[in-house]
Amino acid sequence: MANYPLDGYRVVDFSWVWAGPLLGMILADMGAEVIKVETNKRLDSARLTPGRSTVGPETDFVFHSMNRNKLGITVDMSDPRGAALIRGLVEISDVAVENFSPKGLRNLGLQYASLREVNPRLVMISLPAAGQYGPLSDIVTYAPSLGALCGYSSLLGYPGERVLGEQTPYLDVNSAIHGAFAVLAALYYRATTGKGQYIDMAQIEVGASAIGEAFMEYFMNGRVMGTRGNRHPAMAPHNNYPCKGDDKWISIAVKTDEEWRSFCDAIGSPPWAEDVRFGDGSNRLRNQDELDRLVSGWTIELTYYEAMDILQKAGVAAAPCLDLSERFSDPHFEERETYLQVEHPATGIDIIAGIPFKLSETPCEVRRPAPLLGQHNEYVFGELLGKTRAEIAQLIEDQVIY
Amino acid sequence: MGEQALSGLKIVECGGFISAPYCSKLMADLGAEVIKVEEPGSGDESRRYGPFPNDIADLERSGLFLYLNTNKLGITLNVKARAGQKILKELLEEADVFVDNSPPQKMADLGLGYSTLKELNPRLIVTSITPYGQTGPYKDYKGYALNTAALGGQSMRTGEPNREPLAPALAQSHYQSGSMAAAATFGALISRMSTGSGQHVDISESDVWATIHLGHGVHLGVFEGRKAIRAGHRTISVYPWCILPCKDGYMCLIAIQGYQWKRFLEAMGNPEWMGDPRFRDRIAMAWEYADEVDSLVEAWLIEHTKEEIFEMCRERQITFAPVRDIAEVVHDPHFEERGYFVEIDRPHAGGLKYPGAPYKLSETPWQLTRPAPLLGEHNEEIYCGRLGYSEEDLVTLRQGGII
Repeated sequence: MANYPLDGYRVVDFSWVWAGPLLGMILADMGAEVIKVETNKRLDSARLTPGRSTVGPETDFVFHSMNRNKLGITVDMSDPRGAALIRGLVEISDVAVENFSPKGLRNLGLQYASLREVNPRLVMISLPAAGQYGPLSDIVTYAPSLGALCGYSSLLGYPGERVLGEQTPYLDVNSAIHGAFAVLAALYYRATTGKGQYIDMAQIEVGASAIGEAFMEYFMNGRVMGTRGNRHPAMAPHNNYPCKGDDKWISIAVKTDEEWRSFCDAIGSPPWAEDVRFGDGSNRLRNQDELDRLVSGWTIELTYYEAMDILQKAGVAAAPCLDLSERFSDPHFEERETYLQVEHPATGIDIIAGIPFKLSETPCEVRRPAPLLGQHNEYVFGELLGKTRAEIAQLIEDQVIY
Repeated sequence: MGEQALSGLKIVECGGFISAPYCSKLMADLGAEVIKVEEPGSGDESRRYGPFPNDIADLERSGLFLYLNTNKLGITLNVKARAGQKILKELLEEADVFVDNSPPQKMADLGLGYSTLKELNPRLIVTSITPYGQTGPYKDYKGYALNTAALGGQSMRTGEPNREPLAPALAQSHYQSGSMAAAATFGALISRMSTGSGQHVDISESDVWATIHLGHGVHLGVFEGRKAIRAGHRTISVYPWCILPCKDGYMCLIAIQGYQWKRFLEAMGNPEWMGDPRFRDRIAMAWEYADEVDSLVEAWLIEHTKEEIFEMCRERQITFAPVRDIAEVVHDPHFEERGYFVEIDRPHAGGLKYPGAPYKLSETPWQLTRPAPLLGEHNEEIYCGRLGYSEEDLVTLRQGGII
């Protein structure tokens, strides 16, 4: 009896840092048995997020959030016996995920061409910065460099001002979500044909796919889009406005004339609302600097929740800009279990991200916390791969299981 | 045309603008049959959005619409009318997936809520993409991409510290909810293989931001009272982690490992200022002296072009990258060699290039087989060919404003 969508599927997750592990997280949340491959020789840097108050590789809440629902093993794949263990595991798995640079697995003899030989039904995805071939394929990057190379960063900044660029792992997550879709589509195909396949995903290409509008503008009109801030080509007001308190903001977006009238009523019909400069959509767009100033005069007297209540009751799109703990205590997120508290052996309680999608008949949940280093070595090498206790002890002794 | 991964799968999309269309585009581009349902006369909202060639508005020439609706069949149908709902239900009886992005209450009011559709076709996956989800106190609130990025926490991370937070560029909220919806839908389809039943997939755009994107640091806010940092052109962690101007644009400078920074100093000819004791600890540099170091580094950068700096950095394995503008991406030899941008011809729009495959599947390649549909282009094919309506029925339906 299936309880989760991916019950019975096994995933070998070689990935580390952000993009790959989040792809693995989606599959793990859907119920797949995701086995995260790590080694003490080179720890996943997500176990060592800088600037936190705890120390050591077992207490990193970022790692705990991204790797929940996974099992963990430690293997030195650069040792031929380690690589052999991995081959054995791939043979009994359905999916492999990796985000090394293209030569990473090739050097270990664990690239797709070689893994396919032990398991032709394997669906494997690689998601390095720039894909498996092409002049940039050997490039080493961090998330913001992806934004730089795919054009996304060039669009980020206040309207017409300097480029600020992407300062979050936004494009890593974008890759993870698209990658999960591609893997699931390939599994769907395999279910009817029996054929596995390889997915070559370049993070800078999947980043470009999310800004298609800018490319269409270039292909149609030869114009290069620049920074726009919160400006929208057809909506005004359309901005984040200051509220009562320190660094508190509310987003307000007005699209139609009907919404504009509702907005004016909701804020008490100030005299300026009747001004011809704001009489219709194109006038509001033309005079939006002044409009923003006037709207700010109203929002600054209210908390963001007060402003949201007043505007939403009138049918105007408004929502606060929430910070970390504010999201945790927001009543909507609370009711939807957007954040979960999970027990973890090393930290007691972790607050982690909830499941990013909700399925009515096979609801997904956090079944287990993120693995400790090598926590499931015995299960994977003993139970799944049939190594004896003595063999495992020897491999540990030789730092192959390490 | 080779075999595609999702050949034979039937999707009906009844949504507008970006999130639902992007979700079903991902499926159409891998071979699923997507029937796009548009309002008679006006069509999808993105048809009025642009960009348009020479800025002349035209329902058949909007760049956003053309991009988001490749490989789909298009029909017009007024789902607000009883007769329209009846026809939609006929389509859904035969479908595998229904993707929509209307407000939850609207679908229920139209008699198209999940419980009704489940009775109609128990194998149907109904994927609903909404700003706040199907449950919770804000479920009926209104929200655009700006609002969900605000609530979900993304905006608090972008912009200058003393100015308004910035939402991500070009309605990214919708691309994130659309792609997450596509992934979750396939979870549900795989589940259906063993259970035989469909289900309701609830995608909340603000949840997608608040969980997989920004849910991994909430612990710090709750237990340590920390706030998200919004630091303009930089991330305050170690120096350098910033975007700085150079001779012909901007460079993205990130060196997490000390040796990367050391190699860059060497490449700059080991400038004298590096001996300043304030600039020894890269964490202190990031928190206290970033403005000073920025101006020292900028003085060197401004003498060099992006490509010079990039080449120099790649030789030394320094992880800096040029901030490419849109034109530079289009002409980047890497994108060219991988054949990322693809050209397709279409009535009204002519031959145009489009962004192409976000991933390359070895056995069942991503393919652009047909351009976005004209408004109502496949009415006859679907209504007559598929659902058995006669030509006379079509005339009546057209006159009644149903199609």
